[in-house]
Amino acid sequence: MLSFPNKNTNGELKVKSKTENLSEIRDFVSSNATKAGISSAIIDNIILAVDEACTNIIKHAYKLSPNGEIIIKIDYDADKFTISIIDYGKSFDPNLVPRPDLQKYYREHRVGGLGMYLMKSLMDDVKYTSIPGKYNLVLLSKNIRSG
Amino acid sequence: MADFSTSVKEKGDISIINLKGYLDAHTAPTLENNFTQLIGENKFKIIVNFEDLAYISSAGLGVFMAYIENIRDNQGDIKLTNMSNKVFNIFDLLGFPLLYEIYKNEDEAIRKFSGS
Repeated sequence: MLSFPNKNTNGELKVKSKTENLSEIRDFVSSNATKAGISSAIIDNIILAVDEACTNIIKHAYKLSPNGEIIIKIDYDADKFTISIIDYGKSFDPNLVPRPDLQKYYREHRVGGLGMYLMKSLMDDVKYTSIPGKYNLVLLSKNIRSG
Repeated sequence: MADFSTSVKEKGDISIINLKGYLDAHTAPTLENNFTQLIGENKFKIIVNFEDLAYISSAGLGVFMAYIENIRDNQGDIKLTNMSNKVFNIFDLLGFPLLYEIYKNEDEAIRKFSGS
């Protein structure tokens, strides 16, 4: 059996704010989650949540400008897998993003807010910290068991 | 770079878009182009086959939201088929099965178009 050290910090991934980097981000998350011994169904959920967080950063924090920086760090122990995502773009208040009403979206041709809802549904904890003018931090965590 | 491609085939007056690979914010424009082109050709009966789709994010789901109303206003529809459990679960989480008809395979979707 694999033994779990108390804490693993698995380096970090630094990428520019381009959608073409989403696949590299997903691969980074996937290989770390696999190392952590997480089941593939849960890994799929974590990958999607991180993709959504980074897509939001690219679209909203950096407004599709490709030169912004996104830093992704992963930590895990036997109980918890945590992804920290840092950007230096425009800060935003996640409380202003309502839970999407799909019927209303349908009528209004709106598609935003789905990503945020997915992140909250797929992860056990989603936390936003914004220091305006400095950085934004999204913390995504998933409870895991080592069995 | 995410690997994603589409192919479009015609069966009578129905257009079938096959999705392959990873549909995310980077690759969604490829699918948008398919819809734009079909709508430009007045082809409003559209089936999207998900059999070879490995991954979808909300940017991909948004493509379906963006075109459905225009298509239905023209007596057409987007019907979805051959979804893996993994992809269906994401659609389900967002309540999409209330807005879109999802069928096991292309034949079922074609029959639904023929019957209406």
